[in-house]
Amino acid sequence: MKILKKLLSSDYGMLGVLVALCVFFSLITYENQQPVGQDAADRLLGQIQDQFEEPGVVLVAGKNSEDGREFVSQLEEQLTEGGWKVEAAIAGRPIDLGKALREADDKKLSVTLLACEQSFADLPLVANMKKSIPGLSQIEVVSPESYGWPNFLKSSNLLNVANQIAVIAIIAIGMTLVIITAGIDLSVGSLIAFSAVICCWVVREWMGGPDATVLGMIVACMLAIGACGILGAFSGSMIAYFGVPSFVASLGMMMVASGLAYMISGGLSIYQIPDSFDWLGRGDSFLGIPNAVVLMILLYLAAHFLMSRTTAGRYVYAVGGNAEAARLSGVPVKKVLLWVYACSGVLAGMGGVVMASQFRSGDPKYGLMYELYVIAAVVVGGTSLSGGRGKVFGTLIGAFIIAVIQNGMNLTGVQSYTQKVVLGLVLLAAVLLDMLKKRGWKLSS
Amino acid sequence: MEPFLTLRSIEKRFPGVHALKSVDFDLSQGECVALLGENGAGKSTLIKILGGAQSPDRGRVKLDGEEVVFNHPTDSLDAGIAIIYQEFNLVPGLSAGQNMFLGIEPNDYGWIRRGDEIAKAREILNRIGSTIDPNTRCDELTVAEKQMVEIAKALVRKARILIMDEPSAALTNKEVERLYELVDDLKAEGLGIVYVSHRLEEVERLADRAVVLRDGARVGELQGDEMKRNRIIELMVGRAMDSEFPTEDRKVGDIRLRARNLNKGNKVKGISLEVRAGEILALTGLVGAGRTETVRLLFGADVRDGGIVELDGKELDIQNPRDAIKAGICLLTEDRKEQGLVLGLSVKENFGLPNLRAFSTNGLIDRNGELNRFDHYVKSISIKISDPDQLAEKLSGGNQQKVVLAKWLEKNAEILIFDEPTRGIDVGAKFEIYQWMNRLAKQGKGIIMISSELPEVLGMSDRIMVLKEGEFMGEVTNGSDVTQEKLMAMAIGIVDDKESENENS
Repeated sequence: MKILKKLLSSDYGMLGVLVALCVFFSLITYENQQPVGQDAADRLLGQIQDQFEEPGVVLVAGKNSEDGREFVSQLEEQLTEGGWKVEAAIAGRPIDLGKALREADDKKLSVTLLACEQSFADLPLVANMKKSIPGLSQIEVVSPESYGWPNFLKSSNLLNVANQIAVIAIIAIGMTLVIITAGIDLSVGSLIAFSAVICCWVVREWMGGPDATVLGMIVACMLAIGACGILGAFSGSMIAYFGVPSFVASLGMMMVASGLAYMISGGLSIYQIPDSFDWLGRGDSFLGIPNAVVLMILLYLAAHFLMSRTTAGRYVYAVGGNAEAARLSGVPVKKVLLWVYACSGVLAGMGGVVMASQFRSGDPKYGLMYELYVIAAVVVGGTSLSGGRGKVFGTLIGAFIIAVIQNGMNLTGVQSYTQKVVLGLVLLAAVLLDMLKKRGWKLSS
Repeated sequence: MEPFLTLRSIEKRFPGVHALKSVDFDLSQGECVALLGENGAGKSTLIKILGGAQSPDRGRVKLDGEEVVFNHPTDSLDAGIAIIYQEFNLVPGLSAGQNMFLGIEPNDYGWIRRGDEIAKAREILNRIGSTIDPNTRCDELTVAEKQMVEIAKALVRKARILIMDEPSAALTNKEVERLYELVDDLKAEGLGIVYVSHRLEEVERLADRAVVLRDGARVGELQGDEMKRNRIIELMVGRAMDSEFPTEDRKVGDIRLRARNLNKGNKVKGISLEVRAGEILALTGLVGAGRTETVRLLFGADVRDGGIVELDGKELDIQNPRDAIKAGICLLTEDRKEQGLVLGLSVKENFGLPNLRAFSTNGLIDRNGELNRFDHYVKSISIKISDPDQLAEKLSGGNQQKVVLAKWLEKNAEILIFDEPTRGIDVGAKFEIYQWMNRLAKQGKGIIMISSELPEVLGMSDRIMVLKEGEFMGEVTNGSDVTQEKLMAMAIGIVDDKESENENS
C-alpha cells in the first residue's frame, strides 16, 4: 500500500496505471495469431530451412489480397535466393492452385514442396493430395505456423491507438498549459472544426481545389493554425486584460468559433482537396509510424523542454501557483496568460488540420465534445485544476490511458455506451486521486 | 487550583520531524497560560492536538480527570475546547449572528428561529463588550470585529477552554488593549485560556504562567515575576541574547530614492519621502496608516494617481513591479505566503523567478548556474532547506523570508523595502534578518522598513516617519530622546511632533 501511494504521488504516477491497463488488456486479448504478408513469408522460410537440407522444386501459393501477394512475392524471391526452383508462384483463388498442381502433375515434375498460406493448406484438394492428385502424393505441404500473441499488443493495433489519440493529445498540450495557470479553455473543440474548415476552404477557394500544390496546402494549414492562434489570443486577452473568467471567455469563443466554421462552410463538408492531403493524417513516412504520431511526439518533446528549461515555462507555473506573488517578482503575468491561450489556440488549430487530413475533408461538425476529452486527458495525467502543478508528459500518459481504455474495450467488444460510463468513472477516479494526493491520503480534510 | 486540562507525555512525529517530545501541559480554570516558542518549536502541533485536528502518537489528554481522545475538530469543540486561529473561520457572506450559530442554529424541524438566533447573538456579543450588530455581514467587519465574532462563536458553543493563536498580530494598539481586557474578563468568568504569541510584552501583561517550547520539547515554565523579556528569549532560543538588535556603524551618504507627493485614492495622501545611501528609514503607524500602500506605489504594485519617484536624481517611470525591479527597487512583502512566494514552486525556482533573465540565454534557463547562485545564498544567509527542490510552502516563516531576501539580493537591488520583515518569524531568524538589513545599508543601499513593533523601529532605524490614515504625521531622527510613547503619540495624532519638541524644550 505504501509503495502504491508513493508511486501514485510521484509526478508521473499515472504511468503505473497505464502500464497496468496495457498488461490487463494484453492478457484478455491473448489469442492465436495467423501471420500474414512479409511476416508470414519470413516465418515460413525459417520453417523450410529447418525442414529441408537440400533445395528442390517448390510451388508457392497465397491469396490474391494485399497480404497474400506480399507473402507470395517475398517467399518466391527468398526461396530463389536459397537455391530453390520456384515452379509457380500463385496469388489467386483455390482454383488457380488446383490448376497449377494439375499442370505440374501433367508435366510429371517432381515437386518437393508446396509452400502456401494456412487457408490453402486446409483445402480438401491439398489435404487429400493422395486421392485428388496421386502423382503428387510425395509432395510436402508447409504453411506458416500460428503463434500466440495478444491482439492488443500487435504493432498495427498499438500504432492505431497512437494515431487515434494524436489529435486529442496534441490539443491537450495547450490545455495543460492553460490548466497550470489555473484556467480552462472550452473553445478547443470548436477550434478543431474552425481550423479544419478554414484549411480546406482555403485550399478549395484559393489553391485550386483538388489540383492544389504541396506548397498551397502548407500555406492553407498555416493560415488555419494562425487563425486559431488569433482566436486563442483574443480569449486570452479577455482573460488577462479584462479579468473575464476563463470559463466564460472560452465558452464565448467556443460558440464564436463554431459559428464561424458553419458560416464559412455553409454547414457542409468541404472535400474538394487533393488526395495527397491525407499525408499528415494517414501517411507513415518515418519507420512506419503514422505522421500524426510523429508530429505529436515532436510537439510533446518541445513542450516538455519549454516547460522545464525555459523562462516562459517557469513563468507559466509561477502565474498558476500564485499570480500576485509572481507579479510582485516581476513576472509579466498578463503577457504570460495571453500567450498561454494563444498557444492553446495554435495547438487546437494543429489538431484541426490533422483531423481534416485524417478525414480528407473539413466539416464544421468536427471536434464536438473534444474539449471534454482533452480536459479529461489533462486531469487524468495529474495536472491540478487549481493550478501551479502539472507535467506535459503526465498529460501524454493521461491521453494514452483514455485511448488504451477505449481501444481495449473495442477489442473486447464492449458497447460504446458502456465505454462512456467507464471513461467517466476513470475521470472521477483520477480527480479523486489528485485530491487524496494533496490531502496526504486522508479521505476528508 | 486543580488543573482541569492535563496533557501528559504527548509525542508527535512527522516524516523527518520530531514535532513534540514528551510534552506536559496543564491548564486550570480562570487561568491564562502563554504558550511560547520559536516557529517550529511545536506550538502549532500542540494546539492542533488540543483542537482534534491531529492526534498524538503517544500520551494522554485528560479533561476533568477523565481521559479523552479527540479524533476530529468537532470532538474537542463538543468537549468545550475552542481554537481561534490567526486565519478566521468565518463565512464571509453570512452575518455575524449566522456565523456564531453556524451548524447549531436554533430550529424547529429545520426552520431557523431567526428571532431567537439574533437575540442570543446580541446577548453574547454584549457579554464580551462588543457593539457589533449581529446582522452585519462578516466581510464588512474589521479584523478586530471578526475576532470578537470568533470569540462569541466559541462562547455560543459553551467553550471552557479558549486557545488563541497570535490574536493580537493584526490588531491596532487600541484594539489590542480591548482584547486584553476581554481576556481578563473571560478569565474571571472561569474560562481557561491558552495564549500563543510572539509579542513578549503582552505575555508579561496577560499571562499567569508561560510555558516555553523549543524544538518540540518543553524547556521551561515561568511564573509571575520570572516572566521577563530577557529570560523568555533566553529560554526560547536556548542562549542569552546580548541584544535583540545588532549594531553596526554605518555612514549615511547621498539621497538615493526620493518620492514626492505620492497619491492614491484616500489611502495615500501626498506622501513625500527620501532614503539616503546607507540609511534605514522606518515607516510606522497604526494599522490602516497607509504604510504598505505607500511602498506599494514606490514598487509599482499599485498604480499611483500622482507623484514623482526619483532614484539617484533620475526620475523613474514606474507602472508595474517589473519597472521597479528593473530600476533596482525591491519589495519584501508583509505577507510572504500570499504575495512573496509561489508556494507550489520549489525554493530554488522562487529564488530564480525575478532573476531568470540573468540565468538564461534566449529564454533557455541555465539550471546549473541558477543552482550555484542559490547554493551561494543558502550558505551566506544560512537558509535551512533539505534540498533546493523543496517546495516553498514547507519552509518556516523565517526561512521563507530568507528565500525572498536571497532573490532580491541576487537581483542586486539598490533600494530594499522590508514590509514587516519579522512578523511571524522566530527570534533567532529575526536577528539574522536585522544583521542583513545593516549589512545592506553599509553597502550603500537604501533601506525602507515598515514595522508596527516600536522596539524594532527604535532598534533598527536611522530615521522614523510616522503616518496616519494615509497622511504624513511627522518625522524624527532616531536617538536616545525618541521613545515608544512619543512615536505612539504621533501615530495616534494627538500630539504633533513639533509641539512635543516645544514642550520638551
